Amino acid sequence: MLTDVNMTINGREVSGKVEARTLLVEFIRDHLKLTGTHVGCDTTQCGCCVVHVDGRAVKSCTILALQARGTSVTTIEGLAKPDGSLHPMQEAFREHHGLQCGFCTPGMVMMGIDIARRHPNADEHTVRHELEGNICRCTGYQGIVEAIVDASRTMATAGEKV
Amino acid sequence: MGQFGIGQPVRRKEDVRLLTGKGVYTDDVNIDGQVFAVFVRSPQAHATINSIDIQPALAAEGVIAIYTGDDLAADGVGTLETEVEMSDLAGNPMFRPKRTLLATGKVRFLGEPVAVVLAETQEQARAAAELVMVDYDQLPSIASTSGAVDPSSPPVWPEHGSNVSVHWENRPASEIDVHMERAKTRVTVDIVNNRLVPNPMEPRAAVAQFDAETGVMTLYAPTQGGRRIQGGLAKGILKIPADKMRVISQDTGGGFGIRGKLYPELGVVCWAARRSGRPVKWRGDRSETFVSDYHGRDQVNHAEMGLDENGRVVALKVHTILNVGAYMGENGPRLPISGGGRIIPGVYDIANFYFSVKPVFTNTVPTDTYRGAGRPEANFLMERLMDAAADATGLSRDEVRRRNVIRQDQMPYMTQMGLLIDSGDFIGNMDMAMEHSDWKGFEARRKDSEKTGKLRGIGIGNFVEAAGGRPTEEMRVRISPDGKATVFAGTYSHGQGHETVYAQLIEEYLGVPFADVSLVQGDTATSPMGSAGTFGSRSSWMGGLGIRKSSDAVIAKGRKIAAKLLQGEEEGVTFENGVFSAGAGSVTIQEVAKAAQEPKNLPEGMEPGLDESFHVKRDAELFNFPNGCHVCEVEVDPDLGIVQIVRYTAVDDCGVVLNPFIVHGQVYGGVAQGIGQALTENTVYDAEGQLMTGSFMDYGMPKAQHFSHIEALFNEVPCKTNELGVKGAGEAGACGAPSAFVSAVMDALKPYGIRHLDMPLTPDRVWQAIAEAKSDKAA
Repeated sequence: MLTDVNMTINGREVSGKVEARTLLVEFIRDHLKLTGTHVGCDTTQCGCCVVHVDGRAVKSCTILALQARGTSVTTIEGLAKPDGSLHPMQEAFREHHGLQCGFCTPGMVMMGIDIARRHPNADEHTVRHELEGNICRCTGYQGIVEAIVDASRTMATAGEKV
Repeated sequence: MGQFGIGQPVRRKEDVRLLTGKGVYTDDVNIDGQVFAVFVRSPQAHATINSIDIQPALAAEGVIAIYTGDDLAADGVGTLETEVEMSDLAGNPMFRPKRTLLATGKVRFLGEPVAVVLAETQEQARAAAELVMVDYDQLPSIASTSGAVDPSSPPVWPEHGSNVSVHWENRPASEIDVHMERAKTRVTVDIVNNRLVPNPMEPRAAVAQFDAETGVMTLYAPTQGGRRIQGGLAKGILKIPADKMRVISQDTGGGFGIRGKLYPELGVVCWAARRSGRPVKWRGDRSETFVSDYHGRDQVNHAEMGLDENGRVVALKVHTILNVGAYMGENGPRLPISGGGRIIPGVYDIANFYFSVKPVFTNTVPTDTYRGAGRPEANFLMERLMDAAADATGLSRDEVRRRNVIRQDQMPYMTQMGLLIDSGDFIGNMDMAMEHSDWKGFEARRKDSEKTGKLRGIGIGNFVEAAGGRPTEEMRVRISPDGKATVFAGTYSHGQGHETVYAQLIEEYLGVPFADVSLVQGDTATSPMGSAGTFGSRSSWMGGLGIRKSSDAVIAKGRKIAAKLLQGEEEGVTFENGVFSAGAGSVTIQEVAKAAQEPKNLPEGMEPGLDESFHVKRDAELFNFPNGCHVCEVEVDPDLGIVQIVRYTAVDDCGVVLNPFIVHGQVYGGVAQGIGQALTENTVYDAEGQLMTGSFMDYGMPKAQHFSHIEALFNEVPCKTNELGVKGAGEAGACGAPSAFVSAVMDALKPYGIRHLDMPLTPDRVWQAIAEAKSDKAA
């Protein structure tokens, strides 16, 4: 049986029909064709699928599309400004070599923003522990940690709101 | 030259695309009319297949077709076999079983694919796969590496009679025994080099489409360059001409060696697309990664080393058992021999070296190349021996190493195994690493840790590896009439940043601005015919050299055209910073590229365009030798067994560094995989061959919190055997980290008399060892 679902994604009203078991990430990837959000595991460990639901980081493989009904969702595609200028977290990842293959990156960036919002001017130790739920196999985390630490300062200074 | 030339820390071109969600990985590819494939996999480690009943599944909603190994065999689909051939000293060849893409008759490891279900949706295919009824008779199985050499272990291949495929030796052991006998000190080490699951973050996937009119099969899949897979699929599996097989990888989410392989699923998906007449998509999940991607490492080593009264090594003997799994991977059996075994003596001047390897079959996932591919195992073994030698001789750990390293004045140095090490500053690496890690100040830090109840340790590890992989690669460089440059490559960046580094090379060699250079890769239809791919730390060398030589050819042709345009003699035309000059006249390479389209501008008989290729061919036995020294410092909580890295210093000699920003990234990533092996990762099978670590819940992937900041430094010694002076960089970190880390933990545990523990040094393992040491003392 299909059920109607609607939500706001990246500022755009969207609706669709989903099965009760359809995951939010399946709705995002398969229905809306927003393929920037990735699936890297089947046990909620890797964090490749992190998006923001009403401003909070959520693993989109771990909630149902129906649970996100009526919410406002932001994915990696919704971060840069329409003129193409990058979000400070994206910019910091580029500056600190926070990505190699790019597969874990969308989840890392979304998680990084969440960390920076909760910990303005975050230190390295905090960031390393906050990344418990995100796995990267390429970078050794060094550039990722540096990027989040750096962007947490930029965002705090700018009073960043996304 | 300039801010984008060789050696500059240029930020990556590929990043904006990947940071904004515009990467295109295989699961992002969808083709109209596609059906979804789900594989039925063996839940048994070893069993006879009595029957496969597909009828209930066929009747399920949405099911298009179900195929088994019999369907493949009836259609003449080929099998997989290893590329490796070896013999023992008497000339007896190793046993090399063939692998069918879907198991027939028997299953030999848990996760082996038995059938494939095609359905309209992923959910329907998954549901129907549950209905495929396979009747198994369980057989006795073997998973243990050391257990498989036991003649009474259950044979994976009864037709061979033994699980040992061959007993390979480099020479008769007796030749070394005479040297070992004159040693004043002898040390032995026994090591279990733990099996790893490489786990790139993008799970495997494939989308195949067959065009019946043209006969072209197109496969989208994550690879490390499609050329090898194209050849294997066309010739070995589908039996079609190679030019009818196209392999496309747009973005690939990590490779680490295992992605370059031709997996059975790729062949099945292609064949199923041809057979069913529908495009077929397979999205592997993480559970399938664990039970079907090739695994890495899994060796058991026993080594003996003899030293003279001066602490100089006089003889080295190594016995290795390699667990190849149930079948032989493409390169798997080679890893402890020509892959890593040949460099076991490492950075040390060791004249008398014997090693033997027994690749053994077990009922486990096949093993193959994983970052370092035999070299991390070799370096780890050698460095554990050096630590043991320090203990036995009373020399410090760095002193015993200093007495044995190959000195710069011995270069080029021909090793016992015929490898010519052209360059390297092994003493300098150690000096640099010890200085930057403040080795001298360690005792004070140890005392500080003691005050908080922690045990502090410091460790050192030298390494050298042989990099370069296959001996050929072809690159193509084109300057278009609009003045922009394009590099066509068969090397394939799956995280390494080739788009950036290759553009730096073009700016350096041809003066075309960095921003005007693009890279075309990841498609066998556009990559040069002589390409091989990216693996074995080879792209800066083989790809870089190809770009350099292609650029030389562009300049040579451009000079002829410029001479005509400038009405001068070719010999009088110079080229610098993108400008051809003759006397007072000059013309840019962009202008030459535009003019090159017009036959009237060209010397007689010259083809239009500025588009040149170069096929790099080197001696197959010529490698380069990335090397370095890593120092690791840890704190151990003796009450909990938790090991925390508190400081890490990596000194690497990757030859000339094309982009330090990117090469540092390779070092960090390599170190993380090395530390992963040494601290958190282990693949565990129970005695029945059931995989106990089949997901991220039970397999310890290293996380950000496991690391401290890594200080990475270069001790740059240009390679003498290639014009760029580069050495490999991708695998170095994984070679240096395990030994430095384990050395540090053993240093910390010295008060308990613990001198060796096998990796990974998990809290459980460390705590147990401390508890046993305490109870021994009490007793």
